[in-house]
Amino acid sequence: MWMTELPPFVPFFIGALIAGITRGRLRAVVLLAIPVLGGVHLLNIDAGVVWQMQFLDYTLTPYRVDRLSLLFGYLFHIATFLGVLYALHVRDTLQQVSAMLYAGSALGAVFAGDFITLFVFWELLALTSVFLIWARRTPAALQAGLRYLIIQVFSGVLLLAGTLVYLHDGGSLAFEYIGLGSLAGWLIFLAFGIKCAFPLLHNWLTDAYPEATPTGTVFLSAFTTKVAVYALARGFPGTELLVYIGAIMTCFPIFFAVIENDLRRVLAYSLINQVGFMVVGIGIGTALAINGAIAHAFNDVIFKGLLFMSMGAVLHVTGRINGSELGGLYKTMPKTAALCMVGAASISAFPLFSGFVSKSMVMSASLQEGYSMVWLALLFASAGVFHHAGIKIPFFAFFAHDSGIRAHEPPTNMLLAMTVAAVLCIFIGVYPWLLYDLLPFAVDYTPYDATHVIAQLQLLFFSALAFTWLKLYGLYPPELRSVNLDAEWIYRRLVPRAVRRLIAALRPIDTGIRAGALRAAATVVKGLSRHHGQEGVLARTWPTGSMVLWIAVLLGVYLVLY
Amino acid sequence: MSRERQHIFDNPNNVRRVVRTLVGICIGLVAIDFIYHRHVTHPWEGLWGFYAFFGFAACVALVLIAKEMRKLVMRSEDYYTRGEGGEGTDVDD
Repeated sequence: MWMTELPPFVPFFIGALIAGITRGRLRAVVLLAIPVLGGVHLLNIDAGVVWQMQFLDYTLTPYRVDRLSLLFGYLFHIATFLGVLYALHVRDTLQQVSAMLYAGSALGAVFAGDFITLFVFWELLALTSVFLIWARRTPAALQAGLRYLIIQVFSGVLLLAGTLVYLHDGGSLAFEYIGLGSLAGWLIFLAFGIKCAFPLLHNWLTDAYPEATPTGTVFLSAFTTKVAVYALARGFPGTELLVYIGAIMTCFPIFFAVIENDLRRVLAYSLINQVGFMVVGIGIGTALAINGAIAHAFNDVIFKGLLFMSMGAVLHVTGRINGSELGGLYKTMPKTAALCMVGAASISAFPLFSGFVSKSMVMSASLQEGYSMVWLALLFASAGVFHHAGIKIPFFAFFAHDSGIRAHEPPTNMLLAMTVAAVLCIFIGVYPWLLYDLLPFAVDYTPYDATHVIAQLQLLFFSALAFTWLKLYGLYPPELRSVNLDAEWIYRRLVPRAVRRLIAALRPIDTGIRAGALRAAATVVKGLSRHHGQEGVLARTWPTGSMVLWIAVLLGVYLVLY
Repeated sequence: MSRERQHIFDNPNNVRRVVRTLVGICIGLVAIDFIYHRHVTHPWEGLWGFYAFFGFAACVALVLIAKEMRKLVMRSEDYYTRGEGGEGTDVDD
């Protein structure tokens, strides 16, 4: 189609340019064609293609293809296609152009073979995606977008700093295994960790994603965190610290998800929970674990996309997204409800849905490598994700009490995108081997044996039973309009307030210093005016006669002395 | 409105039916543990009904802890945007 050496991001950037200058149907065709043609082209690219160039004394590798980057490449083409289809009704050049640039940046990052190229696309990811948040055009979105941008750009700065230290230590620019053995390794790890939403570094995600436009969140959920997962898989596989970080990531967000009212924010917390499974897999680092992590990233983009699409559809149609205001929508949005439940079943890892075939790989790997406590944490998180994403999302939006909202199905393109995603979820769940063939390592794993299926069904159905029991006996916490404090409290409340207090505390000292300075200045002025002022000794006018007299005296003295 | 009454869960009997089916499936699933021995990696996995009880207990614990957590972390919706707060003065609503 086009030359082999053309990196996959190029068509996306050209597409963004064309989208910027076209309108209506032509733009729709261009936007849909780019991921389709790009994806077909990528299918013909083999691992091993490399494009290098010299820049000053350094070798840059803007395009490096191997099995790991190829899989993410396919995934991002699918995600772009779904996102574009879902957003086809949107008449907003800003969103459509930035979405294309954002997807292109993600592709650029996963095919980057060196740190400089990675850094460029890392920052482009931040700069292009923030417009999907700002495009909501509300004050809240503007603020959240700004916070998002600052944190994301900071991640890029850390990456650049790490790269420079790495170079200084004698490392090369090639983006390969890094490890935590040096300062450079830690800096880069932290940069990846921010984008990957590590605990305490995660709040940009739950802050900004729910503020984006209904269609924008679908793009956002697909790319940034998955690029970070890819980067961790490339730079830090087998780093044990990741096992524990990942385990925390699977567990803590589900508590927030249970009490969160904004259903898209529930999904954002659930996104961190799912990324946690991937991080655990990368940390374990065996072939099975890495395969599981990568396969789960692939599935997560599709089922999380589907869930965000279904909630976006609810928001688009009803203008509401809080669990406390929704309910009973299955009556008027049955198709959306059904598609949402496919996504819910997939994220909960029901057998025959996509999550099952990938999540169980990570769980099995954790057991095989003897991480018993981590395995228990993952099991807890599996039950928890079913609870908040599998049940809570569809239940409070589409069932629960009848909110009285009489909506209608979303536009056809939205339904179509959700249907394609749902079909993919079920297809991968039923026939996982196509995905398994694409994984970085040869797969020797059978998800569908009786033990796995029975165990998983027991876990899920008893979780559902727990929900039902809690709900029937009124023990389930009601959906309340509220804000739940999270790590963001530190930079949205604690630090600003501390700064304000500090300023307030310094004010008396400042006032004292100023007053003292004023007094000192006044004294100086007074002194000066005494000597130089109108009545001052030094300011008096001297009669010419006295000057002549004094000169005569001086001359007289001179004569006497010499 | 007459069409709306026909919606499936407007009839409490249907809700009851769903709950009963769920309970039935659950009983069936733990019953399998009597006749089928799951091959296990971890000793706890082999305990009778381990996954079933773990799933139930995990969810109940999750919800009850989250409920308590509300006392600690829940604030009114305008917490961050109120004039006094962090960046509240910057937000113009």
